[in-house]
Amino acid sequence: MASILFFLIGLSTLVFLALAVGIWWAVKSGQFDDLEGPAQRILMDDDDPLLPGRDRQLKDGE
Amino acid sequence: MSGDCFHCGQPIPGDVQLSVTIDGEPRAMCCRGCQAVAEAIVANHLEDYYRHRTAPATTPQELVPEALGRLAVYDHPDIQKSFVIDAGEHTREAVLILEGITCAACIWLNERHLMQLPGVKAVSVNYATHRARIAWDEREISLSRILSEIRLLGYDAHPYNAHAAETLRRQRRSQDLRRLFVAGLASAQVMMFAIALYAGAYYYDMDHGTAQLMRWASLILSIPVVLYSAVPFYRAAWSGLKSRHLNMDVPVSLAVVSGFWGSAWVTWQGEGVVYFDTITMFVFILLASRFLEQGAREKSVEAAENLLKLAPAMATRVRDGRQEVVPVLELAPGDVILARPGEAIAADGVVVEGESSADEALLTGESRPVPKRPGDGVIAASVNLEGPLLVRVTGVGENTVLAGIVRLLDRAQAQKPRLAQLADRVAGWFTLALLLLALATGIGWALVAPERVFEIVLAVLVVTCPCALSIAAPAAIAAASSSLLKRGILLTRGHALETLARVDHVVLDKTGTLTHGRPWLERVIPLGRLDEDRARVLAASLEQASEHPLAASFLAAVPADRLLPVTAAQNTPGVGVAGTIEGVRYQLGNARVLKTVPPLPADVPPGATVVWLARDGQPLAAFLLGDRLRDEAPALMERLAAMGVAVTILSGDAEPAVRHVAQALGVRDWRAQMRPEDKLAALQALQQAGRVVAMVGDGVNDAPVLAAAQVSIAMGGGTQVARSSSDIVLLSENLLDVARALHTGRRAIAVMKSNFAWAVGYNLVALPFAVLGYIPPWVAAIGMSASSLIVVLNALRLK
Repeated sequence: MASILFFLIGLSTLVFLALAVGIWWAVKSGQFDDLEGPAQRILMDDDDPLLPGRDRQLKDGE
Repeated sequence: MSGDCFHCGQPIPGDVQLSVTIDGEPRAMCCRGCQAVAEAIVANHLEDYYRHRTAPATTPQELVPEALGRLAVYDHPDIQKSFVIDAGEHTREAVLILEGITCAACIWLNERHLMQLPGVKAVSVNYATHRARIAWDEREISLSRILSEIRLLGYDAHPYNAHAAETLRRQRRSQDLRRLFVAGLASAQVMMFAIALYAGAYYYDMDHGTAQLMRWASLILSIPVVLYSAVPFYRAAWSGLKSRHLNMDVPVSLAVVSGFWGSAWVTWQGEGVVYFDTITMFVFILLASRFLEQGAREKSVEAAENLLKLAPAMATRVRDGRQEVVPVLELAPGDVILARPGEAIAADGVVVEGESSADEALLTGESRPVPKRPGDGVIAASVNLEGPLLVRVTGVGENTVLAGIVRLLDRAQAQKPRLAQLADRVAGWFTLALLLLALATGIGWALVAPERVFEIVLAVLVVTCPCALSIAAPAAIAAASSSLLKRGILLTRGHALETLARVDHVVLDKTGTLTHGRPWLERVIPLGRLDEDRARVLAASLEQASEHPLAASFLAAVPADRLLPVTAAQNTPGVGVAGTIEGVRYQLGNARVLKTVPPLPADVPPGATVVWLARDGQPLAAFLLGDRLRDEAPALMERLAAMGVAVTILSGDAEPAVRHVAQALGVRDWRAQMRPEDKLAALQALQQAGRVVAMVGDGVNDAPVLAAAQVSIAMGGGTQVARSSSDIVLLSENLLDVARALHTGRRAIAVMKSNFAWAVGYNLVALPFAVLGYIPPWVAAIGMSASSLIVVLNALRLK
């Protein structure tokens, strides 16, 4: 029993470290700067079929 | 085509026939500006904006070549120096304030559109602060091009000068977040081990090796909390000690450090009880409450900084008959500047040429547009409404009225935290007593039974740990503010509730607070053969083409489908509008549209705004316009009277208007024509008489008074500055919420008092037992948690 405990406790410590690093990165990359906008942004549908960029480049290329 | 503009939602004037095909359907537009913006959106396949927006866009100002020329100034290296950062060899980065953001779809639109421009490397718009961070390659695109593209979408972008303080604040916020998360994760994990340890020791006879494993794992997980998350407490405690001042952080640091080292020693020895769970939880709860408090305070600072953008950055200077666009900083007293209609005036000055009126409502509280003729003074950041004005500059920058208001605001805010300091000083004595007691207990036990010293001192520290005591107030505040928020009352500073309960005097602003802050068609007086209804319809029809602020009040009084088509519409600034309806030429405007001014009924108050409808100079009807009282204002007065709270009205508006409102509400104590400094003086006089004052206001002119009042309440529809300098914001725009907030404040204080009584009572009862060694630390920890829990549950009754 002790050995499985060793393994699980070690694992939980590793998970803690992974989460800490993940949050470190998330904070650093500014994901917590704006806590209101993203909730609404999910509603925006910017799927590829619109591809606004391509049209524009074609026009510019002519 | 009739109805409202598809883009901005404004009513469409009768003679306008513009449309844009959006999603395969023609949509009506109210003006060329909206049409241009809508076309730009469609041409770039950004129609999604219309599908997802939750509020209509603002009406764009028509793009004139001069406006574009003005943007070119921002490409000048000297001007860029103040707000553009070099982010690489050719990469430049700047922060812009976006005006006109009404919903999240606006952000999407801006980001999508700018990202597809060649040379733009990164765009991110912050919804909360309305600021955009943009990086671009200066070889491929110029800043003025980016700014003009934003304008093409119908928004207005100003460079934002990112101060060093702003960067610092951002860094500190990120760091606080990290500390909080680390403490949260670690405490959750350590708590699991702790439960296993407690259960194992008392029910399952856990073997020594397993228990040691749990202890070591807890120890390892606690290290980041003690060495990283808790650092702010050590710093605050140290700086407190250095200035010979005991604060709450001292016992917190002491408990964390001694708890950790004691438990580490126990773990090393392999015998005894560890308290890693207690200290990690403790740190997490304290950090969380501080983070929330900090967030609310920062928002108000940001809003105050945004105030400075009220004043325009560029001005049109007229010199030797030529116009040139220059930064406002370069203006000197004596220069002559041109203020175009619809623009904010760049500096304080005196009109030398032109006739117009200016909207000074934000700065002075004057509800009506103020007429401006040569010789009249104008205020920086007020908006020129009708015709172009030539203005001789008398004050710029630090010498303007606006800057003065900002200074008043700063000073009042700086004076505020005296209450908080008092609370801290009391906490200091409490802390000192606690520490002395723990020390005495330690010395006492060292003489009697040295092997029990650590256990008992820790029990004393944990039992007396001001946890329940320190969350007694915040828990009640949190519960009360979330219940207030559900009704649309936003608390921005925690201390507000405590003070609200003691408020015995409410000071109200008039314009925009007791009234709607917009002119309202109050009464129609027919003077000829026309009946009331016909006169109203004619006037509203004439006003369709006008952009004068009074026009909206006429249009609101008549349904859109009853408006008549107007031909040969003509707008004369400073006089009014004229137009031909059904073959007859009518004029609508001030007394100058008349040849002779007829007498009005005696019950018309002097000083009321009167608009005349005339035909060939002969009066047909008179319209009385007034600022309408909010419907719930009388009910508020009743409630306040029932609560035993006195009421005063302080207004920047003219005397007759204020008297009218005060009489309608039965308020005896009112004063009119108050400048911001007068209001501040009146408020301070009340405070010196021992009253606890709540100020309710909405305008920029109220900001200093709001900041100086013990509790300040701003209307949600008011200006950003007013909101930022107040403790409570009424998002609901319902005046009755003032009474509701006072009531909740009183209940919250009652709950806080019972919480304090419980927390102190528990400490007093438990302390002797702990000192005498009858309470093992784990019982102390359970007792402390239970006591905290009871305090929180008690607070939840407020919801």
